[in-house]
Amino acid sequence: MAENGHENGHGHGDNAEYYSLKAEAIQALLIEKGVCTLDDILTMADRIDSRSPEDGAKVLAHAWVDPEYKQRLLADAESALLELGYDLPETAPKLTVLENTDDVHNMAVCTLCSCYPRAILGRPPAWYKGLAYRSKVVVDPRGVLQEFGTELDAAVQVRVIDSSADFRYLILPKRPAGTEGMSEEDLAKLITQESMIGVAQALSPDSVTAS
Amino acid sequence: MPKVHDRGGWPNEDPIDHSEHEMEEWERLVDALNGVLGEKGLKNTDQLRRAIESLDLKTYESLAYYEKWTAAMEILLVEQGVMTTAEIDAKMAALKEGQA
Repeated sequence: MAENGHENGHGHGDNAEYYSLKAEAIQALLIEKGVCTLDDILTMADRIDSRSPEDGAKVLAHAWVDPEYKQRLLADAESALLELGYDLPETAPKLTVLENTDDVHNMAVCTLCSCYPRAILGRPPAWYKGLAYRSKVVVDPRGVLQEFGTELDAAVQVRVIDSSADFRYLILPKRPAGTEGMSEEDLAKLITQESMIGVAQALSPDSVTAS
Repeated sequence: MPKVHDRGGWPNEDPIDHSEHEMEEWERLVDALNGVLGEKGLKNTDQLRRAIESLDLKTYESLAYYEKWTAAMEILLVEQGVMTTAEIDAKMAALKEGQA
């Protein structure tokens, strides 16, 4: 658990040495047996590396400036992503975009493991995979929000959405006040990884103009 | 008592650790192998998870993320007859020899 430093997946030490060797062995055997080629593996590694929260932020910023696009994104995320050139792999689980509003705040978790909209956001952050977040968020979501420095009005309804092997969720954060004249590109900078999981709000516009 | 992986609502007083984990090269390899096996129809996410969930509590809690994935990948590949544990062990020994 936390005390052994492993909880968030910090793979060092004897276990890491053993399992890295095992992974290499599995790779060698898969290639020897003709199950896949080295090229398949390298191509996949590059594809996984190419996804990042910036991709999600671009899509969601577009939804902020184009209400009709937002409706399409909320109705059918995969088709709407394709409009912007994001062709999710066939094997990717179904993706749903949930909108945070003045009344409802959604936040995503995977209590069972680490299910995450990787096809659009890349790899999940370490804390998302850790036992503390997974255990606590369904019992005390507001306490968890506070750990991320997020304060919500008591009247706002908090919904915790549990992801699964088949269903993934991307949160559309509330567009902050004072962003009316901003370009889509600058708006995207306000949309952080944490805000797309729902543990934080989008940044305030001052944070971008200041940088 | 829920199974080891089913963490929602488990008592947990630990603060959320916000530090990020720098991916190591072998972990990228595991991620990629997992993706390739998915494309080849040799595993899906449910199967991977089921294999991870079959680990005992001590193993589940002591292994880091990609260590669990590797353990699960081995279970699935052996189960499906793609390779045997003996082959993996022999290959590991050979690789170790090569490193020495």
